[in-house]
Amino acid sequence: MTEIFNLPAMLGRWTLNRIQIFGRSGIFLCLAIFQGFLRPLRPGRLIKEIEFIGSKSLLIVFVTGLFTGMVLGLQGHHTLTQFGAEALLGSAVALSIIRELGPVLCALMVTGRAGSAMAAEIGIMKITDQFPALEMMAIDPLKYVISPKILAGIISLPLLTAFFNVVGIFGGYLVGVKLLGVNEGAYFGKMVSAVTFTDIFGGVLKSLTFGLVIAWICSFMGYTAQATTEGVSRATTQAVVFSSLAILVMDYILTSLLL
Amino acid sequence: MVIVKNLVKKYGSVVASNHLNCRFETGKVTVILGGSGSGKSTLLRQVTGLEKPDSGEVLFDGLDLTRATREQLYEKRKKMGMLFQGAALFNYLTIFENIAFPLREHTQIADNVIKTIVTMKLEMVGLRGTEDLMPSQLSGGMMKRVGLARAIVMDPKIIFYDEPTSGLDPISTGVIDKLIRDLNRKLNITSVVVSHDIESCFRIADRIIILYYGDIIAEGTVEEIRNSTDPRVIQFINGNPEGPIPFTRTDKNYLDEILS
Ligand SMILES: Nc1ncnc2c1ncn2[C@@H]1O[C@H](COP(=O)(O)OP(=O)(O)OP(=O)(O)O)[C@@H](O)[C@H]1O
Ligand SMILES: [Mg+2]
Repeated sequence: MTEIFNLPAMLGRWTLNRIQIFGRSGIFLCLAIFQGFLRPLRPGRLIKEIEFIGSKSLLIVFVTGLFTGMVLGLQGHHTLTQFGAEALLGSAVALSIIRELGPVLCALMVTGRAGSAMAAEIGIMKITDQFPALEMMAIDPLKYVISPKILAGIISLPLLTAFFNVVGIFGGYLVGVKLLGVNEGAYFGKMVSAVTFTDIFGGVLKSLTFGLVIAWICSFMGYTAQATTEGVSRATTQAVVFSSLAILVMDYILTSLLL
Repeated sequence: MVIVKNLVKKYGSVVASNHLNCRFETGKVTVILGGSGSGKSTLLRQVTGLEKPDSGEVLFDGLDLTRATREQLYEKRKKMGMLFQGAALFNYLTIFENIAFPLREHTQIADNVIKTIVTMKLEMVGLRGTEDLMPSQLSGGMMKRVGLARAIVMDPKIIFYDEPTSGLDPISTGVIDKLIRDLNRKLNITSVVVSHDIESCFRIADRIIILYYGDIIAEGTVEEIRNSTDPRVIQFINGNPEGPIPFTRTDKNYLDEILS
């Protein structure tokens, strides 16, 4: 009986809790970005993080992009020939990759590969007292550890997405032109005339946003993990789940704004 | 000189510091003794400004660290060294880079000079030759010695050691004890050592503070502590299983709990 009366209170407490966490994560993000531009700048740290998030994701992004493009080539050709419009294959592949699949799939792959590792790494630094150790050396851990990660996320994702797009279009070309015999001139010609600046801009905007969201959520989860081994493993899982969901939701919002 | 006034810190219902008053005098080795969970690490974290107390003051060379700005705190921190209980080495850096880290961050010293300094500090803790290893390749005791080398690399004025010799073999313990003494005697470095090793404590201490579940139950020179008539102190320094200090933390009767 008492549970029923407690329900509103519980609901209220839960909501307040969420709002508080959200606010704290917002402050965390603002501080991390702001501090990232203060002296000392430590470009070496930023390059290290870009290497970790960016270049080490190249292989997985390459494979994902190639197969996405190949599947699009196959599916697109199958559908378009029914209307005798296989010449449009190039624009169909390019538009779906540049507008949607490039930014989203790339962001999801990076979340799985680098985001989880980011949360785990920060969590482990936390349980082994490395943050207080930095503090004792008069170094701000937020600025030293978190800022470069968030900036690296924002810088790396658009670059990875551009790479994904190129590989994806090439995958569509392999299947469409080389395997199924679509005219090569038509594949690229239609693509150039169909893709507008707005499409490119939308894709870049999405990838910038996703880069920020991944780095933000994953580093916040690691930073606020409970200082136990279970806490870190929970934070890692949550980081991946939350940033994947956030990517899909943000994608819908951005698409609706851009169309 | 560090003066602690009326320090209170609670974690939920656990009172980790209960109105503590004590001082760490310049050029002296003060040892904080106490059982597990008596609030030793918590006291260190508050004295170094890593954690804010619920109330009370920490006067570090006249500056109240509990109310200091971040800049003031960081300025003071550059004069402090700290050895953490778990060494807290950076797991992504080699031993060499771990020790060189504060030098690289805070000074413009040239690489070859950094190399000399790091080699000297590693020699002091007996680990020359481990420069290129990663922390995960060392044993717990070795990590602690690297942590000590890192703590002294900036030549601090005051060093906090959280259990510098726990988990070390007797010879390493002797070396570290001597090192703490030497740093103090030769360079006049103030030392605050958390320990529960009575023998090593008597060897190195100028003053001893004994903590018991958040309270200071005794404070004084080695002689005063040795000659103390407080039964809790006598039990602690002799390691008696029987005495006024209970081994378990709960008040529930053991027989009752098992038979219920
Ligand atoms: N962050 C924290 N959150 C909740 N409780 C804590 C926290 N840190 C310490 N405590 C509690 O405060 C008390 C004192 O802990 P502290 O780590 O200072 O003990 P200690 O004397 O250093 O013990 P040990 O010799 O085992 O290191 C313990 O009961 C501990 O459970
Ligand atoms: Mg401790």
